[in-house]
Amino acid sequence: MKQDKLSWARLVSESEAKQLPLLEYLLERSAAQLETDQAAILAKMDAMLQVMEEAVAFGMTGVTSNSGLTGGSAKKLKEYMETIQADGNSRPALLGPVAGSAVTYALAAAEANAAMGRIVAAPTAGASGILPGVLMSLKEHCGVSREKLVEGLVIAGVIGEVIASRASIAGATGGCQAECGSGAAMAAGAVVYIFGGNGKQIGDAVSIVFKNMLGLVCDPVAGLVEVPCIKRNAGSVVQCLLAAELALAGVDSFIPADEAIDAMAKVGRALPYGLRETAEGGLAVTPTAKAWTEEYFKKIHS
Amino acid sequence: MNIFDIVGPVMIGPSSSHTAGACRLGLLAAGILGERPRQAEILLHGSFARTYKGHGTDRALVAGLMGWQPDDVRIPNALKLAAEAGVKFTFHPVDLGSMAHPNSVLFRLTGKNGNACEVIGASVGGGQIMVTKVDGFPVELTGVLPALFVPHRDEPGVIALVSTILAKKRINIASMRVFREGKGETAAMVIECDQAVPPAVIRHLEELGPVKLVRFVDKVS
Repeated sequence: MKQDKLSWARLVSESEAKQLPLLEYLLERSAAQLETDQAAILAKMDAMLQVMEEAVAFGMTGVTSNSGLTGGSAKKLKEYMETIQADGNSRPALLGPVAGSAVTYALAAAEANAAMGRIVAAPTAGASGILPGVLMSLKEHCGVSREKLVEGLVIAGVIGEVIASRASIAGATGGCQAECGSGAAMAAGAVVYIFGGNGKQIGDAVSIVFKNMLGLVCDPVAGLVEVPCIKRNAGSVVQCLLAAELALAGVDSFIPADEAIDAMAKVGRALPYGLRETAEGGLAVTPTAKAWTEEYFKKIHS
Repeated sequence: MNIFDIVGPVMIGPSSSHTAGACRLGLLAAGILGERPRQAEILLHGSFARTYKGHGTDRALVAGLMGWQPDDVRIPNALKLAAEAGVKFTFHPVDLGSMAHPNSVLFRLTGKNGNACEVIGASVGGGQIMVTKVDGFPVELTGVLPALFVPHRDEPGVIALVSTILAKKRINIASMRVFREGKGETAAMVIECDQAVPPAVIRHLEELGPVKLVRFVDKVS
């Protein structure tokens, strides 16, 4: 028998029916599924957080990708923001400390991925900068404990399960909305949880992310996970923080999370083949991209 | 699908299909060979042939042949390290036909003890893989479960003999596929099991008259 699709609303109502805190209920569910206990789930998630931290640290050293197309932007942004801060007469940074660091660290982790660093695919390698970026910034600026960050990752993981069950987390299936969009939705849910939001608010944040990222195509130059992927990780972090802050403020999402995810699935199916990771559309076929790609393939196949 | 399929796996970037999946293909191919390869002719098809250098597909394939996992930090230096370890490998493009998955690879492997095999497989997305041919036999191996590859003479009762031995050792069969070149000619069984098959059981299977060879292929992480 085909398993029912997961539903965020149903998970929240099931936890209420069992009179369990949401996190506890979700941990119990994952532990049963993996035939282990809650402590083992948290320990493994802690190990994931550790790899994320290391990926950010590696990226912050200013790494360059194999192809030479990308690299060094995280380091550059950090140095620039420090310059602004040091110069008292200058304007304030356009992104405040939380968003500024989150964007910087997301770039770092995404650049670490492109440079063959060790990363956590969350939900995919292409979108592997978003969660580390957001969580590392919360740790640095908001004094969030490691324990809370790990719990946030559990919430993020379950949101990702719901998305994968109702839609897709693969760019080849649903475009970038399915990869970076899902990464941002997962991270937004984590942030809302970390700052005390309830299950409905977490769902609202998920929905708001998809409202703002629906239709985003997957169009990597030369098929490499570099342009525009790295900057899209950074952009997704801003969408994540926006959605989380709105949800925490109690701003409702008119469209529930499950329905927003279903809409994302439908839009994904409607995307032409050329805009689903094939490098045959969008930015990948701009004159600049085509010229670089041609040179690149000539070089590597010579 | 579970929570660590979403937050995870830990892997060397940049691509789950072109890097992590490639490493798993190398691991599975080496598992089919049954020993560390001494020589590897690696033929790349489709997207693998086009973009392999940019995604580190070549390094990940070789790392897998060396028995390294997709999160091994040696992957970026795999070509150099494997060459230093005395493993000879070459890369060439190949056309496996329009029906082949765009991320396909053909391995021609020779092992340290002289075993040889030819394996065709593909990285089918999200790091998942599918080996579709071993020594010319159509198979479906995903590396998710441990498996037995058993070429044998096509005659009545061989399947029953093999499955009886497994049953007596309480080894549960998860899936089983049988192919043959023609009636009375060479056939092959691919048996996915719920647990690893101990060496004593493999020796027992090898002693069966119609069985030509038994290869135990462990699951890849």
